[in-house]
Parts: sequence; structure tokens; C-alpha cells
Amino acid sequence: MMENDLIEKLKREMAAAAEALPGSERVAIMEICGTHTMAIRRMGLRALLPQRVRLVSGPGCPVCVTSQGTIDALVDLASRPGVVLATFGDMMRVPGTRWSLERRKAAGGRVAVVYSTLEALDLARQRPAETIVFAAVGFETTAPGTALALEIARREGLRNFTVLPAHKWVVPAMDALLAGGQVRIDAFLCPGHVSVIIGSRAYEPIAARYRRPCVVAGFTAEQVLAGVAAILGQLSARQARVQNVYQEAVRPEGNAEALGVLERVFEPVEAVWRGLGRIPASGMGLTTEYAEFDAARRLGIPWPPPETGADEHGCRCGDVIRGAIEPHECPLFAAACTPLHPVGPCMVSREGSCQAQYKYGAI
Amino acid sequence: MCLAVPGQIVSKEDAVGVVAIRGNRLRAGLALVPEAQVGDWVLIHAGFAITILTPQDAAETNALFKQMEELEGIG
Repeated sequence: MMENDLIEKLKREMAAAAEALPGSERVAIMEICGTHTMAIRRMGLRALLPQRVRLVSGPGCPVCVTSQGTIDALVDLASRPGVVLATFGDMMRVPGTRWSLERRKAAGGRVAVVYSTLEALDLARQRPAETIVFAAVGFETTAPGTALALEIARREGLRNFTVLPAHKWVVPAMDALLAGGQVRIDAFLCPGHVSVIIGSRAYEPIAARYRRPCVVAGFTAEQVLAGVAAILGQLSARQARVQNVYQEAVRPEGNAEALGVLERVFEPVEAVWRGLGRIPASGMGLTTEYAEFDAARRLGIPWPPPETGADEHGCRCGDVIRGAIEPHECPLFAAACTPLHPVGPCMVSREGSCQAQYKYGAI
Repeated sequence: MCLAVPGQIVSKEDAVGVVAIRGNRLRAGLALVPEAQVGDWVLIHAGFAITILTPQDAAETNALFKQMEELEGIG
């Protein structure tokens, strides 16, 4: 079938399911993946949906959900003598309370941008007299790389390799959003690549406990629309279960190697999310066996970091992350806050809702 | 950071390999896909392969990311 025929077919399927939806209010489908956010905006997919459907971006951008206190801790670490902070590039421009890593580096802080934890390990091998701190930020897709690096460091006795453990689990955040009840969410479009790791089964407790359809989808227009069609099919039939339309890449049980290494190295801890606050068991802390690689413990910084108050610049990234407002409802959007001069992380990150809307428009 | 890109395994030694990603060769960890062989397409996320892809899925994903013009890095 030609691509366009398939899209037309999906549009008809969505329209038919939307006709059969109970009630008359618009239903809200939340996507929780930065790549979905980008793909949906870039391809203008919102325009192809039935009137009764609204797509809402949730906490799917790992840079965006990183708390202000974590950014401040990273800036602090980059300022310590004998420390080199290794980070993925997209953390560089995120503003902390006073500094971003980029500005701290320009002012003499020692920050190295790496593509992977393998490069951070190289740094540790090349500079035995210095302490390398890897900024371990990201969801289940990124965390296995950190865990594997820690296993290698332990095996090699690479004691100058450390991490600031700020990785997060996505499912507890979905749980917290529904338990909080402040934002309307009728179903989740589940993240394609996170699901490669955790498996589609991971969403079963959410579907069962809160009666919300959870559908895993990939990133092409056909995949996203097939995901929405599956959700509408469930909602109109008053069902709530896990479905996977991305079977090329996602298995029910996930990636066993990845889950294994996460289990060996990390344990669930409470974590602070920007916009969502404290969420139990949503963070990945180091197990006792790996405690010696914990940068916070080694370098004596308060961890988890103290919570910071409301943003003094009026940035509403927190509300955007929760899906409580659309980016353009923030008074700073496209005025005081642009990709060139971002005020908050949702405008800094390529995967952030604000940058996606700024670049690709409101559709 | 959440971006993952398809790459084809060019060589492999233990748990580390070289993958070709749109013409660039990069080192990638292969420990999460132990069954992957030279010539296989894999999805690379932050320097690690997280799953094996069919050539068709790899081509579709590549086309998508080309469209999104977002290949500034694979971080």
C-alpha cells in the first residue's frame, strides 16, 4: 500500500472511532517522548486528527525534566578543582539557578562534552590524576550505557570515574500524573525507544490501575497515527489495555540485557522532576556495591539536591512538562524566550515542547 | 539525548564495535545486543546499540531523521 493510502486509511479509522467516543468532550492523549513531540510537530500530525482528539506533550524530554537543583549540582561539580564534568551536549545550555554548564565552562569550569559513556571512561583512563564526573541524566534508553560503564570501571579498578546519578524511570511519572489528577489524560502514546528497553508490558499496571489505554508507537507519521487510531478504538470500545503497534522494535519483555545491567547497578530511589516534584521510586540511585562511584558522595555535595522555589524569571516549563499548558500559553514564549536565548529547558532542548513548537508551529 | 539513530555494524570486537551512521563511522557499545553480527542494522542511542532493526525499519527511521534535520550528534 502506498504511504498516502495508508495515511488516508488511518484517518478514516480515527474518524470512525472518534464518532463512537463516549461523551462529548475532547479526549486528551499524552505523548511522553521527546522524539514523538518533535515528530508530531515537524510533520504537522495534529492537523490530521479528528476534532475530538487533543495531543498533549508530557514529561518526555530528559533534559527538561532534570531539576534545577541537579543543574546547580552539575555546575558546582564543574567548578571543583581536580574535577572534569563529562556530559551529553544537550545539557550544556540548560540554565540553572545562576549558571548553565556552557557559561560555567566559558568562565573556567572544566566541562567535556561526550557522545557516550565509553568516551567518559576514556577520559578517566587518560587523566588518572583527575576525577571524572559523568552527568548521568536521561531515561531508560540512556541509563544502560551508564550502568555498563560503571561495570567496566569497577572491573578495571578505574576509581577516578564517577557519576552523578540522575537517571529516571518513565512509568512512575505516568503514575504520578494520573494520581495527581490535575491534568486531563485519557490515554498514553507510549515512548518507542524507552519501550525497546522496558518492554510494552511495563505499562500494564497503568492501564489496569487507572483504566487508561497505553499504546506503544514508533516515530513515522504512519506509526504515530496508527497509535492514535488504536487508542481511539480502545476508548470508543471502553477498553483500557496495552497495545504495541511498533512490533519491529519493541517486545513485550523489553531488552533483557539492558534490564539486567540496570538491575545490577541501580536501585529505585525518590527523585525530583521539574514540573512534577518528588516522585517515589522514579530515580535510579546506585546500589551499595557501586556507592564508591557516586560523585555526590565522593565529592560531598548534597544529594538529592535541595528543591528550588518557583522560577524567578516567570518560566513555565514545569507547567508545559505536566501538560497543564501549551508552550504558547507561557508569557515568555517566542518573546523573552527563543531557541537563541532560551529561558527554560523546554526551549533549550531539541526535544523540548517549546523548541518544537517554536520551530515547527502550533500544528 | 532521547534521539536514537540507525547504524550498520562494520566491525565488532567483544562488546564494542564500529557502526556506520549515515556515512560516519563511530564506536558503539554492543553489549545490549549480544546476538548482533557485522552487517546488522542496530538502533544507536547515546553510543550504545539498544536493538537490532530490520533493514526496512532502519531505512524508514533514517528517512524520518533526515527529514527532521536533527543529526547534530547522537548524544
